Amino acid sequence: MHIRTSVSRRIFLVSNAVLLTLISLACIAPFINLLAVSFSDKTAVAAGEVTFFPVNFTTVSYEFITNSSKFFDSLVVSLKRTAIGVPLNLLLIIMTAYPLSKSRGDFRARSFFSWFFVVTILFNAGLIPTYMVVKSTDLINTIWALLLPGALPVFSMLVVMNYMRSLPKELLEAAYIDGAGHVQTLLRIVLPVSAPTIATVTLFAFVDHWNSWFDGMIYMNRIENYPLQTYLQTVVVNPEEFIRNNTDLSGNLSKYLSLVSARTTGAAQMFLAMIPILCLYPFLQKYFTTGLVMGSVKE
Amino acid sequence: MKSRLALSDRFARELPLYLMILPAFCLVAVYSYGSMAGVIIAFQKFIPAKGMFGDQKWIGMQNFHTLFAMPNIGPVIRNTVVIALGKIVAGILAPVVFALLLNEIRNLLAKRVFQTLVYLPHFLSWVILSGILINLLSPSEGVVNILLAKAGLDPIFFLGNAHAFPWTMIVSDVWKTFGFGSVIYLAALSGINPALYEAAVIDGANRWRQTLHVTLPGIVPIVVLMTVLGFANILNGGFDQIYNMYSPVVYSTGDILDTFVFRLGIEQAQYSLSTAAGLFKSGVSFVFIVVSYYLADKFTGYKVF
Repeated sequence: MHIRTSVSRRIFLVSNAVLLTLISLACIAPFINLLAVSFSDKTAVAAGEVTFFPVNFTTVSYEFITNSSKFFDSLVVSLKRTAIGVPLNLLLIIMTAYPLSKSRGDFRARSFFSWFFVVTILFNAGLIPTYMVVKSTDLINTIWALLLPGALPVFSMLVVMNYMRSLPKELLEAAYIDGAGHVQTLLRIVLPVSAPTIATVTLFAFVDHWNSWFDGMIYMNRIENYPLQTYLQTVVVNPEEFIRNNTDLSGNLSKYLSLVSARTTGAAQMFLAMIPILCLYPFLQKYFTTGLVMGSVKE
Repeated sequence: MKSRLALSDRFARELPLYLMILPAFCLVAVYSYGSMAGVIIAFQKFIPAKGMFGDQKWIGMQNFHTLFAMPNIGPVIRNTVVIALGKIVAGILAPVVFALLLNEIRNLLAKRVFQTLVYLPHFLSWVILSGILINLLSPSEGVVNILLAKAGLDPIFFLGNAHAFPWTMIVSDVWKTFGFGSVIYLAALSGINPALYEAAVIDGANRWRQTLHVTLPGIVPIVVLMTVLGFANILNGGFDQIYNMYSPVVYSTGDILDTFVFRLGIEQAQYSLSTAAGLFKSGVSFVFIVVSYYLADKFTGYKVF
């Protein structure tokens, strides 16, 4: 059967499609502009000629950065923090979520521990007390200052806990009857079936570690200990400083100085920092969505 | 004897659970609860050299008196609430409208492409987004103002004008969050029973009537839930965003509690005063969070755990 669409309906559908196209472009256009700026000649950028395509295509901004030790130092710190931080987050999430997913009959202290962790999302101690604790545990200027204070992401832990709680009881009872202890049950049964949730919180942890900048700014006193986003923050807030900082260091940079500007090198660095997120983007889209729905809507 | 045996048996069975939870318990005890205990600084004349729990001089509420006698504390609280409220309201309206419009698109590929594009800003840090926005909104060389000039309009100092600044923060926050924020409403929309639409068509409802009487009622519960939970953020103006884009010229409308606490504590090293301001924020926020969770549970059955 052919369903007729009225004229007003057709007008709506077309204008809706146009509107959504414009909205989508507004979300993506700034990044295309950023990419274009990073590959453009600095005079064209300063004159405001660059919109979505590079003008006088050049890679000097990227060459300048590959010769900048500051960018690479901070990249290494970020890679290190992500490589240690994400597994650490995951380990603690699993080791906390599993016991808390037990019924009160199986783990009598469950309520106490649940509240113990939930209170930390209800009440925030504030900047200075947190800083003082990190300082008095001697973490200032070490990578652990970026890892230990947030080692257990409580929200992610609750998402995993809720998922584990929703698993069929028969599954766990069967394991118990077969003589499996808690550790075996967790490793052999609960973890494999929780894989989608674990993937979600892994991505949460990755994005969080990759995007964090504030902790680096307050806990690190030396710029060579800054993670990438903290270092980028100094570039964003004080664009000329990056060029100045790099001039007196190595001689091979001086030849680029007349070719690059704070705008073009800044754009290049921001784009490079986006690459890991862009690579993971298909997974982020898939698993963040399930994670969000799981975390917010419960039976 | 029998019951004691059962008890120790039970403990043996639970012991691995305690051991599993122990590392996280210790870390949270030190870093979260240690910090919470540290709010006592707000009631002391704190001298850092004596250490966090050292022999400090207690001065009662004096820091709070000093804090609330500061001339800028009133505007700071007002700015925080204005910006946060703007973000809460726009942060619900925009995703809902977007989800409703996207729901009308029948071409699955187009739908997927739109979603992929609008989600992107959500995953990037405010450092990168601020860097991009500062360049785009620059009065002299920013693309936005170049376009305005071509349209014959005066340039707008989005980040340098005290009137424009809060709006810039609200709109750019919506830009970052609306796409991904719509996910939850799209999920609710796809959960509406198709039989309801069929029934409405039989009753002679046109598309607009269907939207009004089937679609909207279908997402009201989730909108209520998100609104209630949103009020937990009434004092969150958004530190990451504002700190990276504000400047002294817009302090009068753009300085929020978090940036104020930061400047007081880290830049001016007024530890006690900064902690007092932070404690004020946390205390008020605590009440809002607890009330909003309570209401969410009462009205929609939402539970945190």
